[in-house]
Amino acid sequence: MKLDSKIPEGPLAEKWTKHKFNVKLVNPANKRKYDIIVVGSGLAGASAAASFGELGYNVKCFCFQDSPRRAHSIAAQGGINAAKNYQNDGDSVFRLFYDTIKGGDYRGREGNTYRLAEVSVNIIDQCVAQGVPFAREYGGLLANRSFGGAQVSRTFYAKGQTGQQLLLGAYSALSRQIDSGKVKMYNRTEMLDLVMVDGQARGIVTRNLITGEIESHSAHAVVLATGGYGNVFFLSTNAMGSNCTAAWRAHKKGALFSNPCYTQIHPTCIPVSGDHQSKLTLMSESLRNDGRVWVPKKGIKGLTAKAATEIPEEERDYYLERIYPAFGNLVPRDVASRNAKNVCDEGRGVGSTGLAVFLDFSDAIKRDGKDVVKGKYGNLFDMYKQITGDDPYEAPMMIYPAVHYTMGGLWVDYNLMTTVPGAYAIGEANFSDHGANRLGASALMQGLADGYFIIPYTIGNYLASMPYDKVSTDHEAFKTAEKEVKERLDKLLSINGTKTPDQFHKELGLIMWEYCGMSRNEKGLTLAKEKIKALKKEFWSNVKLVGGNDELNMSLEKANRVADFIELGELMIDDALDRRESCGGHFREESQTEEGEAKRMDDEYAYVAAWAFQGENQEEILHKEELIFENVKLTQRSYK
Amino acid sequence: MNITLKVWRQKNAQDKGGFKTYPVANVSPDMSFLEMFDVLNEQLLAKGEDPVHFDHDCREGICGMCSMYINGKPHGPKDAVTTCQLHMRSFKDGDSITVEPWRAKAFPVVKDLVTDRSAFDRIIQSGGYISINTGGVPDANEIPIPKKIADQAMDAATCIGCGACVAACKNASAMLFVSAKVSQLAMLPQGQVERKTRAERMVAQMDEEGFGACTNTGACSAECPKEISLENIARLNREFYGAKLKSENV
Ligand SMILES: Cc1cc2nc3c(=O)[nH]c(=O)nc-3n(C[C@H](O)[C@H](O)[C@H](O)COP(=O)(O)OP(=O)(O)OC[C@H]3O[C@@H](n4cnc5c(N)ncnc54)[C@H](O)[C@@H]3O)c2cc1C
Ligand code: SF4
Ligand code: FES
Repeated sequence: MKLDSKIPEGPLAEKWTKHKFNVKLVNPANKRKYDIIVVGSGLAGASAAASFGELGYNVKCFCFQDSPRRAHSIAAQGGINAAKNYQNDGDSVFRLFYDTIKGGDYRGREGNTYRLAEVSVNIIDQCVAQGVPFAREYGGLLANRSFGGAQVSRTFYAKGQTGQQLLLGAYSALSRQIDSGKVKMYNRTEMLDLVMVDGQARGIVTRNLITGEIESHSAHAVVLATGGYGNVFFLSTNAMGSNCTAAWRAHKKGALFSNPCYTQIHPTCIPVSGDHQSKLTLMSESLRNDGRVWVPKKGIKGLTAKAATEIPEEERDYYLERIYPAFGNLVPRDVASRNAKNVCDEGRGVGSTGLAVFLDFSDAIKRDGKDVVKGKYGNLFDMYKQITGDDPYEAPMMIYPAVHYTMGGLWVDYNLMTTVPGAYAIGEANFSDHGANRLGASALMQGLADGYFIIPYTIGNYLASMPYDKVSTDHEAFKTAEKEVKERLDKLLSINGTKTPDQFHKELGLIMWEYCGMSRNEKGLTLAKEKIKALKKEFWSNVKLVGGNDELNMSLEKANRVADFIELGELMIDDALDRRESCGGHFREESQTEEGEAKRMDDEYAYVAAWAFQGENQEEILHKEELIFENVKLTQRSYK
Repeated sequence: MNITLKVWRQKNAQDKGGFKTYPVANVSPDMSFLEMFDVLNEQLLAKGEDPVHFDHDCREGICGMCSMYINGKPHGPKDAVTTCQLHMRSFKDGDSITVEPWRAKAFPVVKDLVTDRSAFDRIIQSGGYISINTGGVPDANEIPIPKKIADQAMDAATCIGCGACVAACKNASAMLFVSAKVSQLAMLPQGQVERKTRAERMVAQMDEEGFGACTNTGACSAECPKEISLENIARLNREFYGAKLKSENV
């Protein structure tokens, strides 16, 4: 299969403008003849659904929470990038593009990434006009900060609740369209299949989570904005409900899945406190600006934060400062994460589980005073104390890496269309803009860029060549899909085994974290594949559920999602096995420099992996989209 | 720790519902309140009993989904936290804890501790926005906004739509929620154009949903996990009566 990314010809800076001119338009009076389904109401979904409604399309929007305002995007803390150059510090569209491509370790597409940087400026204008209360300076203009090691201050923020404020902005635009009748919102409704008619995506099958009713919805195009799949690891910073089901079902209907093994591990999360742990909480990366990371030189079992204050300087190993003197504690996310894992693997980890390192503010407090530190990090320190019961002003914090974001996702072309005609993927659900590693504050940017400024144009190009006729939900394709969905749910309910969906999910998470996390090797991955196959088999013969199909049944919802996570997990392993290079967020042990640092291999692996489903329990087939770099020079990262 | 839970069980909206008691053993003080429920639910599931249904998603205090009425208080005994941020170290070994859903006419129970809060969405749909389309807006720095105003608008905007204010109020009033949105937009220059109609429409929708009247007891703000201030209610009253006086509809 030849993957056509449809990147327009011509100079980088003119591609998008040219493309917008060349796409077919739908006449304003005809837009009302087209129906669009948007699955998801996060930043990507809400902004797309609202924009489609404003343009005049008939929109149905779906989310599994009780309100569109609760999508996982709400939890983003740090901020959103935009190349406004308001600080006059040398930022530009090209610089943001360059940082994003480089940050992605040259595994993203130039064309898409440049466009992202280009429309980033419009996002901020749009949000301010909606009443998003971004942080401001005393003069009344917008404030910025530098984020995630960027050399310029281009990050806009609203306290530590940027995602919340951006989502509430998009939610308000969506609410306005719901009020006007252009968007019909379906809360607590989960998409369980994509429906194809004559080779085109023409609708979805959903389950009403309150009544259990299985319903069909038909449309001229389907947009998936269903977020990332980080919860395949069970423990992650994602919301509990985040899942891969919508994307996975689309994959099984023919949409290729790209780079599934690209996941981002965030170095500063609150460590696991016990078996009961249900999710992990992110502590802002900004903490590394003043906190010093260390572990004892010799491992001490069960070392508490309090006892750590007694350990003399010469018995401490500030390992990031030691190994990377130039960058010290500010090395990129993947380097910080990997080194934390290394010292813990050496038996030098701290805390009750031995899976934590210290982040110590005592020097900053000595240097700047408690008030200054409090001014910068007060709310984070409070949050830490709230969760752990320990006071970071008195003793060091404990942190450990956790899964945070998934760069992989459904393969899309420049128009954000998947390989299934009429099915689009936007936001974290697609693979497109972050290569093998995402820069801080770029996911919010991408979600809103896709939803407000890209898909409203590109979808018209497709719809303009579609007939107005609607497909009836009585069509055989819908009936078959409904039947399959029902049979699957009945099957899950009938197994009546001995293990709960959560137990399976936890087992899957452990396998993924151990063998397909920060550091991978062929032997481990091969073993993991066997383990997942066995887990899948056990799941389908031993999962235990109660209750019925026709009521609110959260364990049924969970089991249905875990079943998809298991299959995706196996594909992640396949993808990781194929990529015998270290790049972006992951370290492939077979591919390292003499100093033990990550070694990327551009000659062999400068491609987007795109996997094609072949049928239940069949091996998937790998297609490759070569990455072409015309505007940036590929360099190896070095932080020494 | 060993805990005894007295939990409201209700099969569906039609069911009458009632309390059931469950002992939960080996509770770690580091567990969150919801993780303690996870443990209980795993035990129930293993025994073939229906788990206790409750709403939750982010477990970080920001999505507003979790909503438990714990020992007579929405989101439990600690100030300024949501249920998901409450940890078992706030309780003592041997405690008996009563857990109920939000109780309000406008938030009917769906199942166990899950309620239907879509009334809040409908209030926002009645004008809780600025009517602009995507694109064609001025540069973000075109209109400077004094930092103090922006910060105040931000404080009001932090409402997570959880409904604890309604659950805390003896009249089940939604004034705090509505006032937070009205205030945020009324304070910002972008919100001026629709200021009058917004306050009127949102209040009318609030009444239509069956929320009670505000008698200024302040229970809402005291129990609000985001500490939304009562000043917003005063501001809403001003906006509303100001709107009424000048409204073309009167
Ligand atoms: C703790 C945390 C902090 C972060 N901080 C930042 C930050 O500071 N800056 C930054 O740029 N990025 C940040 N990110 C990343 C960023 O928040 C996400 O990548 C982004 O919000 C994803 O948005 P989305 O619209 O693609 O998906 P989501 O917000 O995840 O929305 C998914 C939507 O799809 C719906 N859905 C899913 N499946 C189905 C289905 N089968 N049927 C129906 N509906 C479905 C859900 O209901 C939801 O509405 C952070 C992430 C985390 C976890
Ligand atoms: S005002 Fe407070 S209590 Fe009421 S919905 Fe908002 S955050 Fe919840
Ligand atoms: S689960 Fe999101 S606020 Fe509690």
